[in-house]
Amino acid sequence: MNQTKVIITDKLTKRFGGFTAVDAICFEVTKGEIFGFLGANGAGKTTAMRMLCGLSFPTSGKAMVAGFDVYKENEKIKQNIGYMSQKFSLYEDLTVKENMQLYGGIYGKSNAFIKQKTESILTELDIKKEANVLVKSLPLGWKQKLAFAVAIFHEPEIVFLDEPTGGVDPVARREFWNMIYNAAATGVTVFVTTHYMDEAEYCNRVSIMVDGKIEALDTPHQLKQTYNAGSMDDVFLKLARKAVRTGD
Amino acid sequence: MRTLKFLLQKEFRQIFRDPAIIRLIFIMPVIQLMILPWAADYEIKNIQLAVVDLDHSSYSQKLISKITSSKYFQLAHYSSSYESALEEVEHDRADLILQIPPSFEKELVKEDKAQLFVAGNAINGVKANLGAAYIRNIINDFNQSIRMEWIQLPRFSAQTQIEVTSSNWFNPLMNYKYFMVPGILVILLTMIGANLTAINIVREKEIGTIEQINVTPVKKIQFILGKLIPFWIIGLFVLTLGLLIARLIYGIIPAGSFFTIYAFAALYLLAILGLGLLVSTYAATQQQAMLISFFLMMVFILLGGLYTSIDSMPRWAQIFTKFNPVSYFIEVMRMVVLKGSGFADIKYHMLTMLGFALVFNGWAVFSYRKRS
Amino acid sequence: MKQFISFVKKEFYHIFRDRRTMFILLGMPVVQIVLFGFALTNEVKNSRIAVLDHAKDNESSVLINQLDASKYFDVQQIIQSDHEIEPIFKQGKVKMVVIIPPSFQEDLRHMNKSSIQLIADASDPNVANTLTNYATALIMDYQKSITQNQKIPYTINTEVRMLYNPQLKGAYNFVPGVMAMVLLLVCTMMTAITIVREKEMGTMEVMLVSPMKPQLVVMAKAVPYLLLSTINIATILLLSVFVLEVPINGSIVLLVAASILFILVSLSLGLLISSGAESQQTAMFISLVALFLPTIMLSGFMFPIENMPLPLRTFSNIVPAKWYYNIVKGVMIKGLNVFGIWKELLILTGMMLFFLTIAIRQFKIRLQ
Repeated sequence: MNQTKVIITDKLTKRFGGFTAVDAICFEVTKGEIFGFLGANGAGKTTAMRMLCGLSFPTSGKAMVAGFDVYKENEKIKQNIGYMSQKFSLYEDLTVKENMQLYGGIYGKSNAFIKQKTESILTELDIKKEANVLVKSLPLGWKQKLAFAVAIFHEPEIVFLDEPTGGVDPVARREFWNMIYNAAATGVTVFVTTHYMDEAEYCNRVSIMVDGKIEALDTPHQLKQTYNAGSMDDVFLKLARKAVRTGD
Repeated sequence: MRTLKFLLQKEFRQIFRDPAIIRLIFIMPVIQLMILPWAADYEIKNIQLAVVDLDHSSYSQKLISKITSSKYFQLAHYSSSYESALEEVEHDRADLILQIPPSFEKELVKEDKAQLFVAGNAINGVKANLGAAYIRNIINDFNQSIRMEWIQLPRFSAQTQIEVTSSNWFNPLMNYKYFMVPGILVILLTMIGANLTAINIVREKEIGTIEQINVTPVKKIQFILGKLIPFWIIGLFVLTLGLLIARLIYGIIPAGSFFTIYAFAALYLLAILGLGLLVSTYAATQQQAMLISFFLMMVFILLGGLYTSIDSMPRWAQIFTKFNPVSYFIEVMRMVVLKGSGFADIKYHMLTMLGFALVFNGWAVFSYRKRS
Repeated sequence: MKQFISFVKKEFYHIFRDRRTMFILLGMPVVQIVLFGFALTNEVKNSRIAVLDHAKDNESSVLINQLDASKYFDVQQIIQSDHEIEPIFKQGKVKMVVIIPPSFQEDLRHMNKSSIQLIADASDPNVANTLTNYATALIMDYQKSITQNQKIPYTINTEVRMLYNPQLKGAYNFVPGVMAMVLLLVCTMMTAITIVREKEMGTMEVMLVSPMKPQLVVMAKAVPYLLLSTINIATILLLSVFVLEVPINGSIVLLVAASILFILVSLSLGLLISSGAESQQTAMFISLVALFLPTIMLSGFMFPIENMPLPLRTFSNIVPAKWYYNIVKGVMIKGLNVFGIWKELLILTGMMLFFLTIAIRQFKIRLQ
């Protein structure tokens, strides 16, 4: 198993004043992996992810994403990643098609590519009829699937998903994870934060953050064995109980 | 370049889908230009005069009828008590009091001189001042005619006479609307431009869409240009609409060239939109952005020379107006529209505005952060 | 009642934690009063003029000096020919040109008469009018000074006094106006936007499901702004008296009471706007069009209402700021007592009740 490492962090740290949100985390993510990033609210997941995406400056430590340095080559990283935030952030006053067109254009894709890719996504999500409908009139579950499709529209190496399934029903979540698997199968690395423990089971490897530090990192199977737990839920509870911080 | 095209497409789609913005762009300027110049009529006429006549002589009657027959004055009150006249002023029913003392006629005839008293309600200084000046002129005329009656006109005047003639250029009909309409047009452009852009970026911040843009390789300058260009075009459109209304309703045809107006307006819009963007990069919420831009607008507009002369301001305030883009545009609009000034006349204004545009936009690009 | 207080507390936290907004809300009136109070004046003075002196003799230079020495004029340049007049007007360098004829001195001495021509830039008709008047008066003074030995028979002297504001300070007019604008901005616009913001964010629903009456939920949002505006009134009055030296001639209690009444009117107007608007942008749009501009234009503080055509004069009666402006002017500057302003007070009270009733009804309808 000598696969390329697409994310490498070394003592990556972020402080806000006297508060250390992310405390010297070290981990590596391999190409094509579905990497779960778990933690209670306020554990520092989102902050860590924002540093990797180039939305936030690290205070110290190193990080390479898609082979680029987060300090200096931040804009090159952006060409190679996709991002979906926990707040739904497609333009609600644009149509489904227009949103895809916009993001395709921003990433410098050709018109032919945009056209063909739009067609294939519309078919895949089975929303051909809604192509010219304003995004704000779609149900939440559809919006989230659409947001994911847009995040990987430009075929990035890595896609970052920040609590992508918040607030949707179990069926929609299931469908959403199918999309993630399909994407991973094409070689996209998926970096996903969540606090649904059943979702953690779908990941290849899982890291659990407590109070800004990574407390555990392994495959779900190994983690359950190490902590002698029946489910990921139990693993999480055992670790999270140590937390001092609460809530965002 | 291609990225910019996509960003522009997005902005235009969003703008034209928002009914509030459409109303702001199309309806507001039309209605306001139709109404405001009528409200902003500062031409002093119909000065309400209260006369306190303690003389009741034929001269006092003559004087009163001479004053009230002029187009400036209306007799609002006539009595023999100063107190009752003052009460009229207190209730804003009179602006000016003329008091004719007892034995006015007798003194004038017997002692060669007489006294009149005028009191103006100076809360509105302009009106009081102009009213007093007008009434003085009329009294002077009256004085002159009385003199004529008593002294037979001499062949050769022993008294030195300087005849003063005056002419009014550029607006010989003294139409106040010619003065106000170009100024109001500037205010409209400013409010639409600055407010719309100020809110725009903040709105994306509040909704969260800006984050999605920030993880893309879009450059800062592209993003800012994408915001700037649509409102720049809208601004020029509103200007065209405004000039059309000025022509159709008020019959104002610029004495100078349209090219000069548009060239300056193009620069001005860049500057004012840049200011709006600057506000929006600093504000965290739409509420903050609106508050800041309202505040700035109020200061800029009131100190922009729309209706109070900048020359009359104290020195420090005049220096302040040098940093007020609105005052430049108001001045230029009036110069070009009324006096026909050309590029050579406004080159200093053009250069200054270019400076504003560069500073505001440069600052906005600089302070807009994709990363926190 | 206890619930109401806890809601009000929450609103205070919202406002006080947003330091930037707080700072602007409290600092704005200070900046405006000082800036406008000192900078804005209705008086026309220091106007830049040019002189075309064809005579270039002693008398002409005496006259030019007299013009320059007056506070009304600032002789910017002496020009040499008629051709220069139009360009200096077009460059906006001067507002009037005084033309002194050749042989000015000779004419005066030998023929006892001469003539002077004034050309004013009438793009601003009022300034042109005023300048012509001032210049004529100054030339007449000059004429008197050279004829002082001759006695003129049958002379009427006119003594002019300026009531209330002998120094013709702009502040007397602008302080009442700025008070009205600041209160409207703080009370109406801020209240409207805060409520609409909660609607947009969905937090409004959370509060509406609480056991408190919806009207009270909305009212609680207005209370902090009531307090903020009261502070603003205090700041404005203190600044006007001690910095701008505008006196309070009437009763200060009456002035404050009337101001609080106006605040209540503005707050209810804000509530009314928020009940109709669905987005912050719409709320801002309505505030801008329905409040800000009519207040500036139709309250009488910038432009005399009596000059307006009848439809606008009629319309100005529904602008609350007009009545408040009259009250402040009356009480503060003219020193009127409550009997002098009862009509205005009554109208404002009526407006407040009217706005409040509709706003509350609208909220009820929305909930059903």
